[in-house]
Amino acid sequence: MSQIVEAPVEIQEPSVDDVPVDEPPWVVIVWNDPINLMSYVTLVFQKLFGYSKSKATKLMLQVHNEGKAAVSSGTREKAELDVSRLHAYGLWATMQQD
Amino acid sequence: MLAALPSQLKEALDEGEPTLYRLFPPAHTDDDAANAEYARLVGASLLEGKLAALAELERTAHEETLDEERLGAWLGALESLRLVLGTQLDVTEQSYRLLDLDDPDAPRLALYQWLSWLQEEVVQAMAEDL
Repeated sequence: MSQIVEAPVEIQEPSVDDVPVDEPPWVVIVWNDPINLMSYVTLVFQKLFGYSKSKATKLMLQVHNEGKAAVSSGTREKAELDVSRLHAYGLWATMQQD
Repeated sequence: MLAALPSQLKEALDEGEPTLYRLFPPAHTDDDAANAEYARLVGASLLEGKLAALAELERTAHEETLDEERLGAWLGALESLRLVLGTQLDVTEQSYRLLDLDDPDAPRLALYQWLSWLQEEVVQAMAEDL
């Protein structure tokens, strides 16, 4: 798809100080480990994120079967908070910007 | 037995044993500076939370019933004990097989399995109240 546009009279260079409005969200990943019990991981997802038992179980199985799962997302601050809460519960969690 | 374990782990925490890294994972997979900043921000409160749970388990190990708050502390303390013991023993998901009594690690594997059973009991009790 293309569109004919008139050349702008003036081009505004973006300032390097500008914070992008649509910054990609940070994603919190929980990684599989051989120690944590499956029932425990499900309980932690329910307690920390308020997920239903079925959603928590689905995420736990994804961690177990695929090695990892994205469990929450948001701003950097929110992701950092979620990671620290997961670490307080002993889960192996990291954050990354997609 | 259960009352004695928290103080052993607390001693290990004081001495900074290398297997304790599992209690304080990095927040980023490939950013050392961000990890250092994260550890600076939350490291102390993570340690404080884990020590408080261990102290509560030590104090209430002989109780016959536990309220929800204590149950939560037991859950956290059992988690820390299993993470450190499991890391030291390099356990896999197959580590719940029958013990080989000739294995020099058999006594500690038995302890790990017992702690796992106990944590499962606590999880089931807490899951009922959700």
